Amino acid sequence: MKTLSHYATSRRQRRRKVVNGIMLTLSGLTTVLIVVPLIWILTYVVRQGLPALSPQFFTQLPTPVGVPGGGIVNSIVGSAITVGLALIIAAPIGVLAAIYVASKPTTPLGLAVRFATDVISGVPSIIMGIFAYTVIVLPQHHFSAFSGGVALAFIMLPIIIRTTEEMLKLVPGSLREASLALGATEWKTSLKVLLPAAGNGILTGVMLAIARAAGEAAPMLFTAFGNSFMSTSLNQPIATLPQTVFVYAISPYEDWRAKAWATALVLITLVLSLNVLARLIVSWRQRRLGSVNR
Amino acid sequence: MIETKMPEKLVISPLTVGVAEDKKAPAESTDIKMSTEHLDMYYGKFRALADINLSIPAHRITAIIGPSGCGKSTLLRTFNRMNDLVPNTRVEGRVCLDGQDIYAPNVDVVDVRRQVGMVFQRPNPFPMSIYDNVAFGPRLYGVRRRAVLDEIVERSLRQAALWEEVKDKLNQSGMALSGGQQQRLCIARALAVEPQVILMDEPASALDPISTLKIEELMQSLKMDYTIVIVTHNMQQAARVSDFTAFMMIDENRAGTLVEFGPTAQIFTKPKNRQTEDYVTGRFG
Repeated sequence: MKTLSHYATSRRQRRRKVVNGIMLTLSGLTTVLIVVPLIWILTYVVRQGLPALSPQFFTQLPTPVGVPGGGIVNSIVGSAITVGLALIIAAPIGVLAAIYVASKPTTPLGLAVRFATDVISGVPSIIMGIFAYTVIVLPQHHFSAFSGGVALAFIMLPIIIRTTEEMLKLVPGSLREASLALGATEWKTSLKVLLPAAGNGILTGVMLAIARAAGEAAPMLFTAFGNSFMSTSLNQPIATLPQTVFVYAISPYEDWRAKAWATALVLITLVLSLNVLARLIVSWRQRRLGSVNR
Repeated sequence: MIETKMPEKLVISPLTVGVAEDKKAPAESTDIKMSTEHLDMYYGKFRALADINLSIPAHRITAIIGPSGCGKSTLLRTFNRMNDLVPNTRVEGRVCLDGQDIYAPNVDVVDVRRQVGMVFQRPNPFPMSIYDNVAFGPRLYGVRRRAVLDEIVERSLRQAALWEEVKDKLNQSGMALSGGQQQRLCIARALAVEPQVILMDEPASALDPISTLKIEELMQSLKMDYTIVIVTHNMQQAARVSDFTAFMMIDENRAGTLVEFGPTAQIFTKPKNRQTEDYVTGRFG
């Protein structure tokens, strides 16, 4: 009679081990496959961009072709202004809309918002640029940092709404009940209990949205347009990092192409450090308040 | 709506109360804090509670016992309208707090919940500091002065028998406490808004025996100031802590009904109903 121990010592056991080994190797290989391009891109950008980097690159304005030196300070400032403006527009709207959708997912308005969010997140970013061009640039007859910020806000909005909604849904229902049982209104419950409890996730979502918007070049072509000089006005065309990369990269001049790599390096570094900062804030908050999903 | 005259006073014969009662003592009368009159509760078309008539005496602990799925928690949750949160629920009949129907159209549900607090089965402290957990309710009502909040927080934590354990770490997260401490924190949080009634939905079922004992002792000290209604699966617990016991069952239509209500000693020793007797003696359930 075949006993259980027979199966345990038979060829089946060897087969199980072999299959397990193969699957583990496969999933390990695919992981490497994902990490390789990331490291490749990073090292490539660093190697190409580092030679053109200098302290002046961060403090000086662009120089004409052939003139040595020069920097991208106007693009750094411009990116900060347009992304900051987009954040000011998109974050409150996105978080408030997400509170509504998370608490009333089955109402007609809730369903409509979710559908609209899905559609918007599928729209190519260049269409957002054309949209902002049509509703802001054309009536005003000039390109502006403001129109660039609006275009970026539309790109950030679906990311913020979706991540905030998902994070609010992860907050245990018992916390909502506890708050309501204390006599809190739905609004106060969302504001004082659910939002703080979901805070880390929402922060991560907002950071992702910032990173995405900061890297958009296409919509800026129709809106912020670009500017070789320093501008901090919302009403004037303004330079941004991705758009500067684009302009330098398609130019036929060797020194501009080197600057394109250097600008790309600055852009990647800024976005990465924003992400690291978000992680640090999240882990600090978790240590202080304890995780909700314990 | 059916109007029925409910007894304003519940008269308890000394014979039926616990052993400690002196037989010569005059009949003790107790004010009614909450009552239900012909209460029906529906989830959609399904009738979950059928014709519940129950009076909750003030400054007493009333236990609701019964087998799983008999509607104990559903009944408890009609007392502070927590069932309103479930879509498609409907209530017929009356649930009164001090004679006022809390389901009347002009009643604000937020006011009801401020007077009828609740402690849940699993400890659910907010992910904030111990201090902020307790101060949450008072802050909702607009208390801003630090000195006043400090006083409320200390008093509530003392009432919940937690002050000595946490007074040096009020700024630490409430989620870092042990399960039993978390549950007492939740009780302190409910006490901070000075409710009249505290509903407890199996408050000790997720706790170890020592924490359970602490919660039970705490309930005894709280009944001086509050009216307590507790749902419990644990019959020994009901017998230990409560003054009155309501026994519920599901009827032939699977709706929860109140089978018997009376002083705890009588329910557990001389039940009038056969089903009650079968249940408390462990023949089923």
